[in-house]
Amino acid sequence: MAAVAFADVALPRELSPGERALRRLVRRRGAMVGLAFVVFFVALAIFASWIAPYDPLATSWSAVRKAPTAAHWFGTDEIGRDVLSRVVWGARASLLAGLVSVGISLAIGVPVGLLAGYVGGWVDMLISRITDAMLACPFLVLAIALAAFLGPSLTNAMIAIGIAATPAFVRLSRAQVLAVKVEDYIEAARAVGNSDWRIALRHVFPNIVAPVIVQATLAIAAAVIAEASLSFLGLGQQPPAPSWGSMLNTAKNYVENAPWMAVWPGASIFLLVLSFNLLGDGLRDALDPRHI
Amino acid sequence: MSFILRRLGAIVPTLFFVSVMIFGLQQLLPGDPAIAMAGEERDPNVVAYLRGKFHLDEPLPVRYGYWLKGVVQGDLGESVRIQRPVTELIVEKLPVTLELAGIAMAIALVIGISAGIVSAVYKDTWIDYVANVFALWGLSTPNFWLGILLILFFAVRLGWFPASGYVSPFEDLGENLRSMILPAFVLGNALAAVLMRHTRSAMLQVLSSDYVRTARAKGLDERVVILRHALRNALIPVVTLTALQLGELLSGAVLTEQVFSIPGFGKLIVDAVFNRDYSVVQGVVLFTASAYIVLNLLADVAYVLINPRMRA
Repeated sequence: MAAVAFADVALPRELSPGERALRRLVRRRGAMVGLAFVVFFVALAIFASWIAPYDPLATSWSAVRKAPTAAHWFGTDEIGRDVLSRVVWGARASLLAGLVSVGISLAIGVPVGLLAGYVGGWVDMLISRITDAMLACPFLVLAIALAAFLGPSLTNAMIAIGIAATPAFVRLSRAQVLAVKVEDYIEAARAVGNSDWRIALRHVFPNIVAPVIVQATLAIAAAVIAEASLSFLGLGQQPPAPSWGSMLNTAKNYVENAPWMAVWPGASIFLLVLSFNLLGDGLRDALDPRHI
Repeated sequence: MSFILRRLGAIVPTLFFVSVMIFGLQQLLPGDPAIAMAGEERDPNVVAYLRGKFHLDEPLPVRYGYWLKGVVQGDLGESVRIQRPVTELIVEKLPVTLELAGIAMAIALVIGISAGIVSAVYKDTWIDYVANVFALWGLSTPNFWLGILLILFFAVRLGWFPASGYVSPFEDLGENLRSMILPAFVLGNALAAVLMRHTRSAMLQVLSSDYVRTARAKGLDERVVILRHALRNALIPVVTLTALQLGELLSGAVLTEQVFSIPGFGKLIVDAVFNRDYSVVQGVVLFTASAYIVLNLLADVAYVLINPRMRA
């Protein structure tokens, strides 16, 4: 009788590790604020043509370096362009650079790290030495050198940042694979006759995804700063196309009489980078395998 | 000793791959490298001279051999624009950047370690919260923007510091320091945040260890427990991290020197990029990477020397 009563009680469905991680993420206020701002900037980038009040390239000689007014909320720049419109459009270059360059790093870094960690031997040694060599060059110096040789443009800046950020993903993926491949379930997968390819892709890869996602989120923050840095130096987005970094490069020459030209693009970079850092920190805590 | 020899042996292949990578940069130039390096005029005589100088008619491995031979002998090539050896330019500009990086490091150590200790000791209080916000601010602020804001406030509005420029310490030490404070603070800002986070986490780990509990149980003053017992051990990983971060400081110096018009190492590479002075770009990257590898080695050795358990 008692057994029947016990069976009738509806037990809550056990949550999957992914659902538990998502719940932990949602509970982290910082991560949610970060996510909200990321969504805000993504919306700015996608709907820039509707949101921006003016054409970001339209000049007006009667409105040169005007302080913020009701007509121009963020003021105007040295050739009378609306700073708010350029900041809105600049979000597109920054987010594109962040996502594309980290996409390049992931596309190269994760398979190469997987290969090094899984195959081992001389392949691992060769890949590790090349990774060490790339990590020996400070990230921005390497990105500047690559962008310099490839030529100044937003596309080349994204490629340069992507390549410069790749070794971090190689090293992380390799380390994760080394930890995962000694687990019992990998041994079991091998024992039942799975091929190396299948084990690497179906059993090892899914188990290294969580730390890679965390690293990718934080890498987007670094890539946004790197793109702004390259554009600030004149190696990224080329004028007159709007980019926060190149806006700051121009603004530094007018800091005495038009400080608003510097404040808004810089604040936008800061907010976007902060958002990805908050989200990355939250994801790290939520996806920490010790909690799952 | 055997550890140091092993580490020295390990850096040889890394240096080899660094040299291959930096030599390979030249191959990224679209079209004929001699034409790309000859500048806007593309004078046929200059092109022919460059082709001969860089052995561009030879196969790639042979060219690499010539280049590496020069590098090993301290010859990093010659600046196409100012016709001076790259090594000479690096030696001339490096002290300025080292001074900037040194002051930035000092600022970062003072702020970062103090904030890290206070944050760990007052964990989960408003002090900890403020310190963490400060760290997030440091990690998220682009240093060229911070530089512009500081120029606006402290140089333009208050007039306390010069907005840009550099005065040699041998000319006027006071003016030199005045011109270095803002750029050094800008450069040290992100590093202070990194150091704060590491010091905090190392201190939290140490503060919960048995020997700290024992020290407290003996009735020692809390300040003695924190500064003499906990901090000494917590600083071990921070010391190695600090050495590794010098490479990042060189990276940050590129932008900081650009904002404050400081004629250092960073400005050298930026000017070289815009003048298509590719030998200088290669030389600066090679020097930076080699310096980073050596610093990495020194950090490892320092870690072994200051951590008795590693010696055993």
